[in-house]
Amino acid sequence: MTSDTDTLTAEDPITGEEIEIPADVEVGEIIDSPVTGTELEVISLDPVVLDEAPELEEDWGE
Amino acid sequence: MRVGVLYSRIRKDEKLLLGELRERGHDVEKIDVRKERFGLDSTTAAVDDLDLVVDRCLSTSRSLYATRFLDSYGVPVVNGPETGDVCADKAKNSLALAEADVPTPATEVAFTTEAALEAIESFGYPCVLKPVTGSWGRLMAKIDSRNAAEAILEHKETLGHYEHKVFYVQEFVDKPGRDVRVLAVDGEPIAAMTRSSEHWLTNAAKGGETAPFELDDRATELVERASEAVGGGMLGVDLMEVGVEADADPAETGGSGEYTVHEVNHTVEFKALDAATDVDVPARVVDWLEAKAADLADGAVAEVDA
Repeated sequence: MTSDTDTLTAEDPITGEEIEIPADVEVGEIIDSPVTGTELEVISLDPVVLDEAPELEEDWGE
Repeated sequence: MRVGVLYSRIRKDEKLLLGELRERGHDVEKIDVRKERFGLDSTTAAVDDLDLVVDRCLSTSRSLYATRFLDSYGVPVVNGPETGDVCADKAKNSLALAEADVPTPATEVAFTTEAALEAIESFGYPCVLKPVTGSWGRLMAKIDSRNAAEAILEHKETLGHYEHKVFYVQEFVDKPGRDVRVLAVDGEPIAAMTRSSEHWLTNAAKGGETAPFELDDRATELVERASEAVGGGMLGVDLMEVGVEADADPAETGGSGEYTVHEVNHTVEFKALDAATDVDVPARVVDWLEAKAADLADGAVAEVDA
């Protein structure tokens, strides 16, 4: 759901609170929850669905 | 062009790349490898009719397998699986550099804690113990004493994964508080920066401070040779300045003009370079991808004509 031109609103999957996220997010992008600071992954955009981002794994990197 | 982007997590780097591709009107197919299956002759991923696929997988294992499968189907992918195979493994990386006569830190690999301890003692203290796979400075150990060596080796032996029993021991290079990261495409440098820290690990991911760096002829030559040694592509080449007093500030005194190449990275992150330098890094990367796709198209036409 678009609240204005710059942000979207979505439900924080951990707290259930409504949070604002940048409107230009991509599916697969990781954002920090403004409520808890937890990393969240953008699962879909229509509707905007967030989930807790995967934990760091040993083979991640460059 | 129609370009595929393999990913499992959109970092700032991928965001910059996707933005530049779309801004130029390219047709972008994002491919989340977590959702796809790869068979022996086809995949669920929408790779048909793509001019080029760019591997931006954060996970090394996914990167290596996904690019290998795409290559097998005849889908052009950068970086190719051979480059990934060499760069993802520090032992193979060191061997490739040494075989190409690119200066690289002295390294030994051992398979038991006893042999690893012998390697460590032969280097003397301090020396460095690294996992053969991994990134961002994780699990890197600067070993200052035999007691520390014995403890670290015992811990590594109990970590579980067999790769932790491949002990990669390296001389400690007493660099002047910084190393140099160069982003290069097929050996041609796009941008370079230093990463400085009072800690011996200077990775940007570890919080090292970044500053633009002007490559001299020697560094440029080594970047080109290091790129060729691992098979080319879009690479992050890491160099350390040698022959400079460890407590000197080469930004003030000038470097020695001599380097050792300690690593070449194949799924290179470039957001720090983009921020640290005046270079529009994603634009230069897309320039290279466009040229790559045009070369591939020209090759396909020549093949048909023949």
